Amino acid sequence: MNIGSGSLVTVPSSAASWKSSDVVSDQFPVGLRVLVVDDDPTCLRILEKMLRNCHYEVTKCNRAEVALSLLRENKNGFDIVISDVHMPDMDGFKLLEHIGLEMDLPVIMMSADDSKDVVMKGVTHGAYDYLIKPVRIEALKNIWQHVVRKKKHEWKDNNFDQSGSVEEGDRQQKPSEDVDYSSSANEGNWKNSKKRKEEEEEAEERDDTSTLKKPRVVWSVELHQQFVQAVHQLGIDKAVPKKILELMNVPGLTRENVASHLQKYRLYLRRLSGVSQHQNGLNSSFIGRPDATFGTISPLNGLDIQAIAAAGQIPAQSLATLQAAALGRSATKSAISVPLVDQRNLFSFENSKLRFPEGQQQLNNSNKQIDLLHGIPTTMEPKQLANLHHPSQSFVGMNMQVNSTSQHNNSVLMRMSQSQPRAQMLNGANNGSQVSRLPLSMQQSLSSEGIPGGVLAQSGIVDNARGSVYNPVSQASSMVDFSVKSKELQSYNFSLGSNSSGISTLTNRGMLQEAMNSDIKGSRGFPSNYDIFNELHQPKSQNWGLQNIGSIFDASHHPSIQGTQGVSSQLLLQQGISSTHNNGQNRNAPIGKPMYSNGEESGHASPMGGPQLNSVGGNMLAVKAERFPEADYRSIIFPEQFGQDDLMSAFLKQQGSVGPVETEFGFDGYTLDNLPV
Amino acid sequence: MENQKKRQAAYMKRSLLDQGYLDEQFIHLEELQDDANPNFVEEVVKLYYTDSARFIRNIELALENAPCDFTRLDNLMYQFKGSSSSIGARRVQRQCSQFQEYCNAKNIEGCKNIFQGVKHEYATLKTKLEAYFQMER
Repeated sequence: MNIGSGSLVTVPSSAASWKSSDVVSDQFPVGLRVLVVDDDPTCLRILEKMLRNCHYEVTKCNRAEVALSLLRENKNGFDIVISDVHMPDMDGFKLLEHIGLEMDLPVIMMSADDSKDVVMKGVTHGAYDYLIKPVRIEALKNIWQHVVRKKKHEWKDNNFDQSGSVEEGDRQQKPSEDVDYSSSANEGNWKNSKKRKEEEEEAEERDDTSTLKKPRVVWSVELHQQFVQAVHQLGIDKAVPKKILELMNVPGLTRENVASHLQKYRLYLRRLSGVSQHQNGLNSSFIGRPDATFGTISPLNGLDIQAIAAAGQIPAQSLATLQAAALGRSATKSAISVPLVDQRNLFSFENSKLRFPEGQQQLNNSNKQIDLLHGIPTTMEPKQLANLHHPSQSFVGMNMQVNSTSQHNNSVLMRMSQSQPRAQMLNGANNGSQVSRLPLSMQQSLSSEGIPGGVLAQSGIVDNARGSVYNPVSQASSMVDFSVKSKELQSYNFSLGSNSSGISTLTNRGMLQEAMNSDIKGSRGFPSNYDIFNELHQPKSQNWGLQNIGSIFDASHHPSIQGTQGVSSQLLLQQGISSTHNNGQNRNAPIGKPMYSNGEESGHASPMGGPQLNSVGGNMLAVKAERFPEADYRSIIFPEQFGQDDLMSAFLKQQGSVGPVETEFGFDGYTLDNLPV
Repeated sequence: MENQKKRQAAYMKRSLLDQGYLDEQFIHLEELQDDANPNFVEEVVKLYYTDSARFIRNIELALENAPCDFTRLDNLMYQFKGSSSSIGARRVQRQCSQFQEYCNAKNIEGCKNIFQGVKHEYATLKTKLEAYFQMER
């Protein structure tokens, strides 16, 4: 496999049997594809030999940047990454972050430094393990467990539905949906196979999903939603881990978990804010569209999915990173350099964004990059709201792209989905309120913002946007997928862009958002949210007949929402939004429980900057409400009322323009109320 | 002849281990060796020599700088120490640790003295290992 004795990077020549569909093939873990990164040639050679002796497929690399590009080029090319902590070109933790965000692969850290704080840092950054050098072969023999565990968890997260009941339904649907999506979105049999695999896993784990007793905290979409809500409630400045923890009130969650996640979130927000600049233009467009046809939420591109996936899965840091990356990508303008997010992904959003008449252009520029990030609640700033319009677009586009691009983009997707929802909301919701869709934060924002679109985005409701069938189901899958790692991404992708076939629709609209949203939630938790989005996105019914949604919503049942294809996504959003918004404004929000399955919504109306929901009636955009303190979901809020046009196409066209929704998340201060319905 | 060489090699290795020049890590490396890579350990040790030469040179240069950049020195030594530990060069590692202590104390003279010790241990190990591999081949 070595390309040459002198080369530092060796690429496995054969595909491991392990790669495909079955998580555990007969030979597993033989053929496990490992990427090992270490600047010390001696160590690198030793590790390579050890890993080979374990019958793994090894690729060695002595530079972090090279490793990242390798990972990006071969999205599904690796199963696990082992990296040294101290490297000259990039800090190992940074690499860990990137990988988590972009590819959502398990990463094992190594170092000769065994001091507690460094090891702790590894843990908080989301490393799956931390090995002390000199590494023994025995330590490497078991690394495959991390891969399996991760997949298992992701699967769970994706399918995990707070309400429990929904899960069943979701699960059923999701698997099929995912498969569809994946094929359309990202292609990769691998993805599909993964999905299937996950489905299988789902079946097994269904029963214990509710109590995620895993030792490692996986930030599912739901959990992230709760987190975001808590952060919004406290205010991003005042959000300290202890208080967040208290607000979240999740048993088993430690302050440390929250702290690390917060760190990632902040990073994400920061990154988004960079993108948000572009978003500004976008946001307005988003919000301005009252009758949001949620427009086709651009299919969650690989990025979205990743974002979404990331949301759920990635450790806080990676999530943030991912977001940042997503943002960076799309926003050419914004200086955010999303190294990880493929430009492609971003573009997809942008295309969808094109759809939005208003923000289209803007989106193009910034959205492209940022859109992706939009989903990521991390850094949306208040001004983002304005950008929401755009961002959402871009976001959507991004999401879309993300989905397609790669499974590995799960994390990105996740992000995207998160932002997407926002954007979607905007788009789909036309209502502007969409922006806040982001699943994670969305809950909060949704309520206030009534961003129907956003929500939808998550679950891949994006479909709705386009009028294509919004298959709720697919969305569900999309949502669920988010949490799922790369494999799931596929599903997300699907949902976002195209529910099964209608991916495009999703993508355009806000599907991405949904996808993102779903991710944001941590994929599981969002079911309700996603549903909302899905429904909302239904392009057809721009009307925010949320009322219907109310019934759908049922916050706890996400799946139901998803299923309601007929229900305009907007409705869902609205419902959700209204509920969250708690303002009575909702238009119809009969739904007492806003979309957030987590039930956070209700409490979050406050974060939403404002009545937003009220206006949501048609503009889900109220994204801003979301308080993503840092992340500007706003940017994601694409609420732009995506026209019926497929976001997809819009995105595709826009590709570049999609300025990432610039973290619209941060709609702090956005008053969506002006979103015309 | 073969057997004698083997015995010699085994004896040398035992002696290196007993005297602390090498530790179990070296044994682990030998265990990795197989028919496909019969000279794996020697190959790795050669990589180590290349790396070490670079580290030693850089540390020397850094020590000559005034004022001394202790952070950089510490980083360099940390890497050299890590590299040494990967092949089981126990004595060299110990010297590196001592160097780091002086570095933390910002004791430039102490660093310079210990560094001589580092170089000495490294040179000794290199000689012994070369003799060992000669016997092993």
